[in-house]
Amino acid sequence: MAKMTQEETQALIQEVLEVYPEKAKKDRAKHLAANDQSVEQSKKCITSNRKSQPGVMTVRGCAYAGSRGVVWGPVKDMVHISHGPVGCGQYSRAGRRNYYVGHTGVDTFGTMNFTSDFQEKDIVFGGDKKLDKLIDEINELFPLVKGISVQSECPIGLIGDDIEAVSKKKTKELEKPVVPVRCEGFRGVSQSLGHHIANDALRDWVLSNRDGDNSFESTPYDVAILGDYNIGGDAWSSRILLEEMGLRVVAMWSGDGTLPEMELTSKVKLNLVHCYRSINYITRHMEEKYGIPWMEYNLFGPTKIAESLRAIAARFDETIQANAEKVIAKYQAEYEAVVAKYKPRLEGKKVMLYVGGLRPRHIIGAYEDLGMEVVGTGYEFAHNDDYDRTMKEMGNATLLYDDVTGYELEEFVKRLKPDLIGSGIKEKYVFQKMGVPFRQMHSWDYSGPYHGYDGFAIFARDMDMTINNPCWNRMQAPWLQSSESSAAQQAAA
Amino acid sequence: MPNVMIRRRDDGNLLFYVAKKDMEETIASVETDTADTWGGEVALTDGSRWYIDPISPPPSFPTTLRFKRAD
Ligand code: SF4
Repeated sequence: MAKMTQEETQALIQEVLEVYPEKAKKDRAKHLAANDQSVEQSKKCITSNRKSQPGVMTVRGCAYAGSRGVVWGPVKDMVHISHGPVGCGQYSRAGRRNYYVGHTGVDTFGTMNFTSDFQEKDIVFGGDKKLDKLIDEINELFPLVKGISVQSECPIGLIGDDIEAVSKKKTKELEKPVVPVRCEGFRGVSQSLGHHIANDALRDWVLSNRDGDNSFESTPYDVAILGDYNIGGDAWSSRILLEEMGLRVVAMWSGDGTLPEMELTSKVKLNLVHCYRSINYITRHMEEKYGIPWMEYNLFGPTKIAESLRAIAARFDETIQANAEKVIAKYQAEYEAVVAKYKPRLEGKKVMLYVGGLRPRHIIGAYEDLGMEVVGTGYEFAHNDDYDRTMKEMGNATLLYDDVTGYELEEFVKRLKPDLIGSGIKEKYVFQKMGVPFRQMHSWDYSGPYHGYDGFAIFARDMDMTINNPCWNRMQAPWLQSSESSAAQQAAA
Repeated sequence: MPNVMIRRRDDGNLLFYVAKKDMEETIASVETDTADTWGGEVALTDGSRWYIDPISPPPSFPTTLRFKRAD
Protein backbone atom coordinates (compact mmCIF):
# COMPACT_ATOMS: atom_id res chain seq x y z
CA MET A 1 0.00 0.00 0.00
CA ALA A 2 1.29 3.44 -0.93
CA LYS A 3 1.81 6.10 1.71
CA MET A 4 -1.46 7.66 2.80
CA THR A 5 -2.20 11.34 2.51
CA GLN A 6 -3.59 13.44 5.32
CA GLU A 7 -7.03 13.31 3.71
CA GLU A 8 -6.98 9.54 3.29
CA THR A 9 -6.06 9.01 6.92
CA GLN A 10 -8.79 11.40 8.02
CA ALA A 11 -11.29 9.60 5.79
CA LEU A 12 -10.25 6.28 7.30
CA ILE A 13 -10.85 7.60 10.80
CA GLN A 14 -14.28 8.91 9.81
CA GLU A 15 -15.23 5.62 8.23
CA VAL A 16 -14.25 3.62 11.30
CA LEU A 17 -16.14 5.97 13.58
CA GLU A 18 -19.30 5.60 11.49
CA VAL A 19 -20.75 2.75 13.58
CA TYR A 20 -20.76 4.67 16.86
CA PRO A 21 -23.77 6.55 18.22
CA GLU A 22 -23.48 10.32 17.74
CA LYS A 23 -22.13 11.15 21.21
CA ALA A 24 -19.57 8.39 21.34
CA LYS A 25 -18.46 9.24 17.84
CA LYS A 26 -17.85 12.85 18.79
CA ASP A 27 -15.83 11.81 21.81
CA ARG A 28 -13.76 9.14 20.11
CA ALA A 29 -13.01 11.44 17.14
CA LYS A 30 -10.95 13.62 19.49
CA HIS A 31 -8.69 10.70 20.35
CA LEU A 32 -7.82 9.76 16.78
CA ALA A 33 -5.65 11.82 14.46
CA ALA A 34 -3.56 11.88 11.34
CA ASN A 35 -0.08 12.93 12.34
CA ASP A 36 1.04 16.34 11.20
CA GLN A 37 4.65 17.10 12.08
CA SER A 38 4.10 20.82 11.64
CA VAL A 39 1.73 20.96 14.62
CA GLU A 40 3.75 22.02 17.66
CA GLN A 41 1.19 21.22 20.32
CA SER A 42 -0.44 17.85 20.24
CA LYS A 43 -3.47 19.06 22.15
CA LYS A 44 -4.56 20.84 18.97
CA CYS A 45 -5.15 17.56 17.21
CA ILE A 46 -5.40 14.76 19.78
CA THR A 47 -7.05 14.48 23.18
CA SER A 48 -5.60 12.18 25.80
CA ASN A 49 -5.80 11.21 29.46
CA ARG A 50 -9.60 11.27 29.53
CA LYS A 51 -12.08 8.80 30.94
CA SER A 52 -12.75 5.92 28.55
CA GLN A 53 -16.24 5.67 27.06
CA PRO A 54 -18.49 3.24 28.88
CA GLY A 55 -19.30 0.28 26.68
CA VAL A 56 -16.14 0.22 24.59
CA MET A 57 -13.29 -2.22 25.12
CA THR A 58 -10.30 -0.48 26.60
CA VAL A 59 -7.14 -2.18 27.77
CA ARG A 60 -6.23 0.37 30.40
CA GLY A 61 -5.30 -0.62 33.93
CA CYS A 62 -6.02 1.03 37.27
CA ALA A 63 -4.04 3.32 39.56
CA TYR A 64 -3.13 0.37 41.76
CA ALA A 65 -1.60 -1.33 38.71
CA GLY A 66 0.40 1.80 37.95
CA SER A 67 1.79 2.01 41.45
CA ARG A 68 2.07 -1.60 42.65
CA GLY A 69 2.78 -3.13 39.28
CA VAL A 70 4.90 -0.54 37.56
CA VAL A 71 6.74 1.83 39.88
CA TRP A 72 6.95 0.09 43.27
CA GLY A 73 6.74 -3.56 42.27
CA PRO A 74 10.29 -3.91 40.91
CA VAL A 75 11.91 -2.50 44.08
CA LYS A 76 13.22 -5.88 45.02
CA ASP A 77 14.30 -5.62 48.64
CA MET A 78 10.97 -4.27 49.84
CA VAL A 79 7.74 -6.11 50.43
CA HIS A 80 4.79 -4.50 48.68
CA ILE A 81 1.54 -5.38 50.39
CA SER A 82 -1.48 -5.50 48.11
CA HIS A 83 -3.74 -4.12 50.78
CA GLY A 84 -7.32 -5.25 50.29
CA PRO A 85 -8.88 -8.37 48.74
CA VAL A 86 -6.57 -11.01 47.31
CA GLY A 87 -7.39 -10.78 43.60
CA CYS A 88 -5.75 -7.51 42.52
CA GLY A 89 -2.33 -8.75 43.52
CA GLN A 90 -2.68 -12.42 42.76
CA TYR A 91 -3.91 -12.00 39.18
CA SER A 92 -1.09 -9.61 38.37
CA ARG A 93 1.62 -11.46 40.24
CA ALA A 94 5.01 -11.57 38.51
CA GLY A 95 3.39 -10.62 35.23
CA ARG A 96 5.76 -7.87 34.22
CA ARG A 97 8.97 -9.81 33.99
CA ASN A 98 11.07 -7.26 35.85
CA TYR A 99 14.21 -9.28 36.25
CA TYR A 100 16.34 -8.99 39.37
CA VAL A 101 19.18 -10.77 41.12
CA GLY A 102 18.82 -12.06 44.65
CA HIS A 103 17.32 -14.91 46.62
CA THR A 104 13.59 -14.59 46.37
CA GLY A 105 11.99 -14.99 49.78
CA VAL A 106 15.25 -14.27 51.58
CA ASP A 107 16.61 -10.89 50.58
CA THR A 108 14.43 -10.09 47.57
CA PHE A 109 10.69 -10.37 47.10
CA GLY A 110 9.98 -9.34 43.50
CA THR A 111 7.86 -12.22 42.27
CA MET A 112 6.05 -12.88 45.54
CA ASN A 113 2.55 -11.74 46.35
CA PHE A 114 1.79 -10.29 49.77
CA THR A 115 -1.79 -9.37 50.52
CA SER A 116 -3.94 -8.56 53.53
CA ASP A 117 -6.64 -10.75 51.95
CA PHE A 118 -9.64 -8.70 53.06
CA GLN A 119 -12.73 -10.55 54.17
CA GLU A 120 -16.19 -9.17 54.86
CA LYS A 121 -15.37 -8.45 58.47
CA ASP A 122 -12.39 -6.31 57.46
CA ILE A 123 -14.61 -4.25 55.21
CA VAL A 124 -17.17 -3.83 57.98
CA PHE A 125 -14.84 -3.23 60.93
CA GLY A 126 -11.83 -1.78 59.12
CA GLY A 127 -8.49 -3.39 58.34
CA ASP A 128 -5.98 -1.26 60.21
CA LYS A 129 -5.39 -3.80 62.95
CA LYS A 130 -4.91 -6.52 60.40
CA LEU A 131 -2.40 -4.35 58.54
CA ASP A 132 -0.48 -3.72 61.75
CA LYS A 133 -0.28 -7.44 62.47
CA LEU A 134 0.58 -8.31 58.91
CA ILE A 135 3.54 -5.92 58.91
CA ASP A 136 4.90 -7.54 62.07
CA GLU A 137 4.49 -10.95 60.50
CA ILE A 138 6.37 -9.90 57.38
CA ASN A 139 9.21 -8.48 59.41
CA GLU A 140 9.44 -11.64 61.46
CA LEU A 141 9.29 -14.07 58.56
CA PHE A 142 11.54 -12.01 56.28
CA PRO A 143 13.98 -10.21 58.58
CA LEU A 144 16.11 -9.00 55.64
CA VAL A 145 13.28 -6.90 54.23
CA LYS A 146 14.49 -3.30 53.89
CA GLY A 147 11.12 -1.64 53.88
CA ILE A 148 7.44 -2.20 53.27
CA SER A 149 4.98 -0.38 51.05
CA VAL A 150 1.23 -0.51 51.54
CA GLN A 151 -0.45 -0.46 48.14
CA SER A 152 -4.11 0.38 48.59
CA GLU A 153 -6.69 -1.44 46.56
CA CYS A 154 -10.13 0.03 45.95
CA PRO A 155 -11.86 -0.89 49.24
CA ILE A 156 -9.26 0.88 51.41
CA GLY A 157 -10.31 4.27 50.11
CA LEU A 158 -13.97 3.38 50.32
CA ILE A 159 -14.00 2.29 53.95
CA GLY A 160 -11.68 5.09 55.05
CA ASP A 161 -8.90 3.11 56.73
CA ASP A 162 -6.05 5.22 58.08
CA ILE A 163 -3.07 3.46 56.55
CA GLU A 164 -0.92 6.55 57.08
CA ALA A 165 -1.28 6.27 60.85
CA VAL A 166 -0.45 2.58 60.82
CA SER A 167 2.55 3.19 58.55
CA LYS A 168 3.95 5.92 60.76
CA LYS A 169 3.61 3.76 63.82
CA LYS A 170 5.26 0.77 62.16
CA THR A 171 8.07 2.87 60.69
CA LYS A 172 9.01 3.81 64.25
CA GLU A 173 8.59 0.34 65.68
CA LEU A 174 10.51 -1.52 62.99
CA GLU A 175 12.96 1.27 62.20
CA LYS A 176 12.35 0.53 58.55
CA PRO A 177 10.40 2.70 56.10
CA VAL A 178 6.76 1.66 55.88
CA VAL A 179 5.22 3.64 53.05
CA PRO A 180 1.48 4.13 52.62
CA VAL A 181 0.48 4.54 48.99
CA ARG A 182 -3.00 5.83 48.23
CA CYS A 183 -3.25 4.23 44.82
CA GLU A 184 -6.81 2.89 45.03
CA GLY A 185 -7.83 1.65 41.61
CA PHE A 186 -10.69 4.07 41.19
CA ARG A 187 -8.43 7.12 41.21
CA GLY A 188 -7.89 8.74 37.84
CA VAL A 189 -8.70 7.44 34.39
CA SER A 190 -5.91 4.89 33.96
CA GLN A 191 -2.75 3.50 35.52
CA SER A 192 -1.13 6.84 34.81
CA LEU A 193 -2.40 8.49 37.99
CA GLY A 194 -1.02 5.48 39.87
CA HIS A 195 2.45 6.37 38.56
CA HIS A 196 2.00 9.90 39.82
CA ILE A 197 0.76 8.77 43.23
CA ALA A 198 3.67 6.33 43.48
CA ASN A 199 6.11 9.11 42.62
CA ASP A 200 4.58 11.34 45.26
CA ALA A 201 4.86 8.60 47.87
CA LEU A 202 8.52 8.11 46.97
CA ARG A 203 9.03 11.83 47.29
CA ASP A 204 7.37 12.04 50.69
CA TRP A 205 8.58 8.81 52.31
CA VAL A 206 11.83 7.72 50.66
CA LEU A 207 13.76 10.34 48.78
CA SER A 208 14.78 12.54 51.69
CA ASN A 209 15.66 9.70 54.08
CA ARG A 210 19.38 10.37 53.75
CA ASP A 211 19.33 14.14 53.58
CA GLY A 212 22.12 15.44 55.77
CA ASP A 213 23.93 12.11 55.72
CA ASN A 214 27.11 12.67 53.72
CA SER A 215 28.74 9.32 54.32
CA PHE A 216 28.07 8.31 50.71
CA GLU A 217 31.16 9.08 48.64
CA SER A 218 29.98 10.56 45.40
CA THR A 219 31.96 11.06 42.19
CA PRO A 220 31.47 13.61 39.41
CA TYR A 221 30.22 10.78 37.21
CA ASP A 222 27.29 9.57 39.28
CA VAL A 223 24.06 9.07 37.39
CA ALA A 224 20.76 7.33 38.05
CA ILE A 225 18.64 5.41 35.56
CA LEU A 226 14.99 6.28 36.01
CA GLY A 227 11.96 4.73 34.37
CA ASP A 228 13.64 1.49 33.33
CA TYR A 229 11.83 -1.48 34.84
CA ASN A 230 14.29 -4.09 33.62
CA ILE A 231 11.75 -5.98 31.55
CA GLY A 232 13.61 -9.05 30.35
CA GLY A 233 16.84 -7.42 31.55
CA ASP A 234 16.52 -4.05 29.77
CA ALA A 235 18.13 -2.03 32.52
CA TRP A 236 21.14 -4.31 32.56
CA SER A 237 21.83 -3.97 28.84
CA SER A 238 21.50 -0.19 29.26
CA ARG A 239 23.61 0.04 32.35
CA ILE A 240 26.66 -1.64 30.84
CA LEU A 241 26.80 0.98 28.09
CA LEU A 242 26.76 3.81 30.61
CA GLU A 243 29.39 2.08 32.70
CA GLU A 244 31.60 1.48 29.70
CA MET A 245 31.40 5.21 29.09
CA GLY A 246 32.89 5.77 32.53
CA LEU A 247 29.72 6.80 34.35
CA ARG A 248 28.76 5.31 37.67
CA VAL A 249 25.17 4.13 37.89
CA VAL A 250 24.18 4.73 41.49
CA ALA A 251 20.54 3.77 41.26
CA MET A 252 18.07 2.05 39.00
CA TRP A 253 14.44 3.10 39.32
CA SER A 254 13.09 0.70 39.70
CA GLY A 255 14.05 -2.39 37.68
CA ASP A 256 16.39 -4.53 39.82
CA GLY A 257 16.26 -1.56 42.20
CA THR A 258 16.66 -1.38 45.94
CA LEU A 259 15.48 0.97 48.64
CA PRO A 260 19.00 2.19 49.58
CA GLU A 261 19.68 2.98 45.92
CA MET A 262 16.56 5.09 45.75
CA GLU A 263 17.50 6.91 48.93
CA LEU A 264 20.90 7.73 47.44
CA THR A 265 19.50 9.13 44.23
CA SER A 266 19.45 12.62 45.68
CA LYS A 267 23.27 12.53 45.58
CA VAL A 268 23.73 11.91 41.84
CA LYS A 269 24.82 14.45 39.24
CA LEU A 270 22.36 13.63 36.47
CA ASN A 271 19.10 11.75 36.24
CA LEU A 272 18.58 9.75 33.06
CA VAL A 273 14.94 9.21 32.24
CA HIS A 274 13.84 6.38 29.99
CA CYS A 275 10.11 6.14 30.63
CA TYR A 276 9.14 9.77 30.98
CA ARG A 277 5.48 9.08 31.66
CA SER A 278 5.88 7.02 34.79
CA ILE A 279 8.76 8.78 36.51
CA ASN A 280 8.99 12.41 35.36
CA TYR A 281 7.26 13.69 38.50
CA ILE A 282 10.06 12.65 40.81
CA THR A 283 12.80 13.87 38.49
CA ARG A 284 11.17 17.28 38.33
CA HIS A 285 11.02 17.27 42.10
CA MET A 286 14.70 16.30 42.42
CA GLU A 287 15.64 19.05 40.01
CA GLU A 288 13.83 21.58 42.13
CA LYS A 289 14.92 20.33 45.52
CA TYR A 290 18.44 19.04 44.90
CA GLY A 291 19.32 20.82 41.66
CA ILE A 292 19.84 17.54 39.80
CA PRO A 293 19.26 18.06 36.08
CA TRP A 294 17.48 15.35 34.13
CA MET A 295 17.30 14.32 30.52
CA GLU A 296 15.36 11.84 28.47
CA TYR A 297 17.18 9.22 26.44
CA ASN A 298 16.34 6.30 24.19
CA LEU A 299 18.29 3.06 23.89
CA PHE A 300 16.25 1.31 21.19
CA GLY A 301 18.20 0.70 17.98
CA PRO A 302 21.74 1.83 17.06
CA THR A 303 20.73 5.23 15.67
CA LYS A 304 18.97 6.32 18.83
CA ILE A 305 21.56 4.69 21.06
CA ALA A 306 24.39 6.65 19.44
CA GLU A 307 22.35 9.85 19.64
CA SER A 308 21.53 9.25 23.30
CA LEU A 309 25.02 8.22 24.39
CA ARG A 310 26.44 11.35 22.76
CA ALA A 311 23.79 13.54 24.35
CA ILE A 312 24.47 12.03 27.76
CA ALA A 313 28.24 12.40 27.31
CA ALA A 314 27.79 16.04 26.35
CA ARG A 315 26.72 16.66 29.96
CA PHE A 316 30.13 15.52 31.17
CA ASP A 317 33.79 16.22 30.36
CA GLU A 318 35.87 15.30 27.33
CA THR A 319 37.00 11.94 28.69
CA ILE A 320 33.41 10.77 28.88
CA GLN A 321 32.70 12.19 25.44
CA ALA A 322 35.68 10.33 24.00
CA ASN A 323 34.54 7.19 25.81
CA ALA A 324 31.08 7.48 24.30
CA GLU A 325 32.64 7.46 20.84
CA LYS A 326 34.71 4.45 21.83
CA VAL A 327 31.65 2.57 23.03
CA ILE A 328 29.78 3.31 19.83
CA ALA A 329 32.79 2.23 17.76
CA LYS A 330 33.22 -0.91 19.83
CA TYR A 331 29.74 -2.16 19.03
CA GLN A 332 29.69 -0.91 15.45
CA ALA A 333 30.71 -4.17 13.79
CA GLU A 334 28.18 -6.02 15.93
CA TYR A 335 25.15 -3.90 15.12
CA GLU A 336 26.11 -3.52 11.47
CA ALA A 337 26.13 -7.28 11.20
CA VAL A 338 22.65 -7.39 12.74
CA VAL A 339 21.37 -4.82 10.27
CA ALA A 340 23.07 -6.61 7.36
CA LYS A 341 21.47 -9.90 8.34
CA TYR A 342 17.93 -8.78 9.08
CA LYS A 343 17.33 -5.66 7.03
CA PRO A 344 16.98 -7.56 3.74
CA ARG A 345 14.36 -9.78 5.40
CA LEU A 346 12.43 -6.94 7.01
CA GLU A 347 12.87 -3.98 4.67
CA GLY A 348 9.66 -2.16 3.82
CA LYS A 349 7.52 -4.01 6.36
CA LYS A 350 4.87 -1.93 8.07
CA VAL A 351 4.28 -1.92 11.81
CA MET A 352 1.43 -0.73 14.01
CA LEU A 353 2.09 -0.19 17.71
CA TYR A 354 -0.24 0.22 20.64
CA VAL A 355 1.56 0.12 23.95
CA GLY A 356 2.08 2.06 27.17
CA GLY A 357 4.40 4.68 28.53
CA LEU A 358 7.35 5.23 26.20
CA ARG A 359 7.46 2.48 23.63
CA PRO A 360 4.97 3.84 21.09
CA ARG A 361 7.56 6.52 20.31
CA HIS A 362 10.86 5.11 21.54
CA ILE A 363 10.87 1.93 19.44
CA ILE A 364 10.21 3.70 16.15
CA GLY A 365 13.94 4.29 15.63
CA ALA A 366 14.77 0.61 16.10
CA TYR A 367 12.26 -0.40 13.44
CA GLU A 368 13.63 2.25 11.11
CA ASP A 369 17.13 0.90 11.61
CA LEU A 370 15.81 -2.36 10.17
CA GLY A 371 14.21 -0.60 7.23
CA MET A 372 10.72 -0.95 8.63
CA GLU A 373 8.12 1.73 8.92
CA VAL A 374 5.71 2.49 11.75
CA VAL A 375 2.37 3.44 10.16
CA GLY A 376 0.29 3.81 13.30
CA THR A 377 1.00 4.27 16.96
CA GLY A 378 -0.86 5.01 20.15
CA TYR A 379 -0.79 4.91 23.92
CA GLU A 380 -3.09 3.45 26.52
CA PHE A 381 -2.58 6.19 29.05
CA ALA A 382 -0.42 8.98 27.60
CA HIS A 383 -0.85 12.67 28.28
CA ASN A 384 -0.39 15.66 25.99
CA ASP A 385 3.32 15.88 26.67
CA ASP A 386 3.78 12.32 25.37
CA TYR A 387 2.01 13.09 22.11
CA ASP A 388 4.06 16.30 21.76
CA ARG A 389 7.11 14.07 21.74
CA THR A 390 5.56 11.41 19.51
CA MET A 391 4.47 13.64 16.68
CA LYS A 392 8.08 14.53 15.89
CA GLU A 393 9.02 10.85 15.60
CA MET A 394 6.16 9.71 13.37
CA GLY A 395 5.84 10.31 9.63
CA ASN A 396 3.27 12.71 8.27
CA ALA A 397 -0.27 11.38 7.84
CA THR A 398 0.46 8.28 9.92
CA LEU A 399 -2.26 7.27 12.30
CA LEU A 400 -2.31 8.24 15.98
CA TYR A 401 -4.80 6.63 18.32
CA ASP A 402 -5.26 7.32 22.00
CA ASP A 403 -6.86 4.76 24.34
CA VAL A 404 -7.97 2.96 21.19
CA THR A 405 -10.95 0.63 21.53
CA GLY A 406 -10.86 -3.03 20.56
CA TYR A 407 -13.14 -2.36 17.63
CA GLU A 408 -11.18 0.63 16.30
CA LEU A 409 -7.83 -1.14 16.45
CA GLU A 410 -9.23 -4.14 14.59
CA GLU A 411 -10.72 -1.93 11.89
CA PHE A 412 -7.51 0.08 11.50
CA VAL A 413 -5.56 -3.13 11.12
CA LYS A 414 -7.97 -4.39 8.47
CA ARG A 415 -7.55 -1.20 6.45
CA LEU A 416 -3.85 -0.47 6.96
CA LYS A 417 -2.83 -4.12 6.63
CA PRO A 418 0.39 -3.87 8.64
CA ASP A 419 2.94 -6.70 8.46
CA LEU A 420 3.36 -6.66 12.23
CA ILE A 421 1.46 -5.45 15.24
CA GLY A 422 3.18 -4.68 18.51
CA SER A 423 0.84 -4.52 21.48
CA GLY A 424 -0.14 -6.49 24.58
CA ILE A 425 -1.49 -9.84 25.66
CA LYS A 426 -5.10 -8.68 25.37
CA GLU A 427 -4.64 -7.92 21.69
CA LYS A 428 -2.34 -10.78 20.82
CA TYR A 429 -4.70 -13.63 20.08
CA VAL A 430 -7.27 -11.47 18.31
CA PHE A 431 -4.72 -10.45 15.72
CA GLN A 432 -2.94 -13.76 15.46
CA LYS A 433 -6.29 -15.37 14.67
CA MET A 434 -6.79 -12.72 12.01
CA GLY A 435 -3.52 -13.95 10.52
CA VAL A 436 -1.42 -10.91 11.35
CA PRO A 437 2.05 -11.42 12.87
CA PHE A 438 2.08 -10.09 16.39
CA ARG A 439 4.63 -9.31 19.10
CA GLN A 440 3.82 -8.41 22.67
CA MET A 441 5.64 -5.16 23.28
CA HIS A 442 4.96 -4.87 27.01
CA SER A 443 6.63 -8.11 28.05
CA TRP A 444 8.76 -8.52 24.88
CA ASP A 445 6.75 -11.69 24.35
CA TYR A 446 8.80 -13.46 27.03
CA SER A 447 12.03 -12.48 25.26
CA GLY A 448 14.32 -9.49 25.70
CA PRO A 449 16.17 -7.41 26.62
CA TYR A 450 15.54 -4.98 23.77
CA HIS A 451 17.50 -2.01 25.16
CA GLY A 452 21.07 -1.26 24.15
CA TYR A 453 23.21 -2.91 21.48
CA ASP A 454 22.79 -6.38 22.95
CA GLY A 455 19.06 -5.86 23.02
CA PHE A 456 18.93 -4.69 19.43
CA ALA A 457 20.27 -8.02 18.17
CA ILE A 458 17.52 -9.84 20.07
CA PHE A 459 14.92 -7.37 18.90
CA ALA A 460 15.87 -7.85 15.24
CA ARG A 461 15.86 -11.63 15.55
CA ASP A 462 12.46 -11.63 17.26
CA MET A 463 10.87 -9.38 14.65
CA ASP A 464 12.26 -11.56 11.86
CA MET A 465 11.11 -14.83 13.36
CA THR A 466 7.64 -13.40 13.90
CA ILE A 467 7.10 -11.74 10.53
CA ASN A 468 8.83 -14.36 8.41
CA ASN A 469 7.43 -17.32 10.27
CA PRO A 470 6.15 -19.92 7.77
CA CYS A 471 2.95 -20.36 9.80
CA TRP A 472 1.47 -17.23 8.25
CA ASN A 473 1.15 -19.01 4.88
CA ARG A 474 -0.86 -21.72 6.52
CA MET A 475 -3.81 -19.68 7.64
CA GLN A 476 -6.17 -21.46 5.26
CA ALA A 477 -7.29 -25.05 5.70
CA PRO A 478 -5.64 -27.24 3.02
CA TRP A 479 -8.98 -28.36 1.51
CA LEU A 480 -10.02 -24.73 1.01
CA GLN A 481 -6.88 -23.80 -0.88
CA SER A 482 -6.60 -23.43 -4.62
CA SER A 483 -3.93 -25.58 -6.27
CA GLU A 484 -1.52 -22.70 -7.04
CA SER A 485 -1.45 -21.41 -3.51
CA SER A 486 -0.64 -24.81 -2.08
CA ALA A 487 2.09 -25.26 -4.67
CA ALA A 488 3.53 -21.90 -3.68
CA GLN A 489 3.40 -22.98 -0.09
CA GLN A 490 5.19 -26.19 -0.72
CA ALA A 491 7.92 -24.24 -2.49
CA ALA A 492 8.18 -21.83 0.42
CA ALA A 493 8.34 -24.53 3.06
CA MET B 1 -4.14 29.70 40.93
CA PRO B 2 -2.26 26.65 39.76
CA ASN B 3 1.11 25.64 41.09
CA VAL B 4 3.53 26.03 38.26
CA MET B 5 7.00 24.59 38.04
CA ILE B 6 9.34 26.80 36.05
CA ARG B 7 12.49 25.20 34.72
CA ARG B 8 15.13 26.13 32.23
CA ARG B 9 15.28 24.03 29.11
CA ASP B 10 18.53 23.01 27.44
CA ASP B 11 18.11 25.75 24.85
CA GLY B 12 17.87 28.39 27.60
CA ASN B 13 14.15 29.01 27.27
CA LEU B 14 11.95 28.77 30.34
CA LEU B 15 9.37 26.02 30.54
CA PHE B 16 6.04 26.49 32.29
CA TYR B 17 4.81 23.17 33.66
CA VAL B 18 1.49 22.54 35.36
CA ALA B 19 1.48 18.95 36.63
CA LYS B 20 -2.27 18.82 37.23
CA LYS B 21 -2.96 19.79 33.63
CA ASP B 22 -0.04 18.05 31.89
CA MET B 23 0.72 21.38 30.48
CA GLU B 24 4.29 21.97 29.37
CA GLU B 25 4.66 25.24 27.49
CA THR B 26 7.53 27.52 26.62
CA ILE B 27 7.49 31.01 28.06
CA ALA B 28 7.51 33.58 25.26
CA SER B 29 7.93 36.72 27.34
CA VAL B 30 8.08 37.93 30.91
CA GLU B 31 6.97 41.47 31.75
CA THR B 32 9.82 42.21 34.16
CA ASP B 33 12.98 40.24 33.85
CA THR B 34 15.84 42.27 35.25
CA ALA B 35 18.77 41.63 37.50
CA ASP B 36 16.71 42.32 40.62
CA THR B 37 13.10 41.49 39.73
CA TRP B 38 11.27 38.74 37.90
CA GLY B 39 7.55 38.43 37.27
CA GLY B 40 4.49 40.35 36.21
CA GLU B 41 2.62 39.15 33.19
CA VAL B 42 3.99 36.02 31.55
CA ALA B 43 2.99 35.10 28.02
CA LEU B 44 3.32 31.53 26.77
CA THR B 45 3.85 30.33 23.23
CA ASP B 46 0.35 28.86 23.14
CA GLY B 47 -1.02 32.39 23.51
CA SER B 48 -2.22 32.10 27.10
CA ARG B 49 -1.23 34.74 29.64
CA TRP B 50 -0.52 34.36 33.32
CA TYR B 51 0.30 36.68 36.14
CA ILE B 52 2.52 36.59 39.21
CA ASP B 53 3.45 39.45 41.53
CA PRO B 54 7.03 40.42 40.67
CA ILE B 55 9.59 38.69 42.87
CA SER B 56 12.86 40.22 43.96
CA PRO B 57 15.51 39.06 43.98
CA PRO B 58 14.63 36.86 40.98
CA PRO B 59 14.05 33.21 41.92
CA SER B 60 16.53 30.59 40.79
CA PHE B 61 15.07 27.95 38.52
CA PRO B 62 13.71 25.30 38.71
CA THR B 63 11.18 26.38 41.27
CA THR B 64 7.47 26.10 41.92
CA LEU B 65 5.41 29.29 41.95
CA ARG B 66 1.73 30.15 42.09
CA PHE B 67 0.36 31.90 39.04
CA LYS B 68 -2.97 33.51 38.24
CA ARG B 69 -4.60 33.57 34.86
CA ALA B 70 -4.15 37.02 33.39
CA ASP B 71 -7.20 36.94 31.12
S1 SF4 C 1 -9.56 -1.34 40.08
FE1 SF4 C 1 -9.53 -1.70 42.30
S2 SF4 C 1 -10.30 -3.78 42.56
FE2 SF4 C 1 -9.67 -3.58 40.40
S3 SF4 C 1 -7.53 -4.31 40.31
FE3 SF4 C 1 -7.49 -2.09 40.61
S4 SF4 C 1 -7.35 -1.84 42.86
FE4 SF4 C 1 -8.06 -3.94 42.48
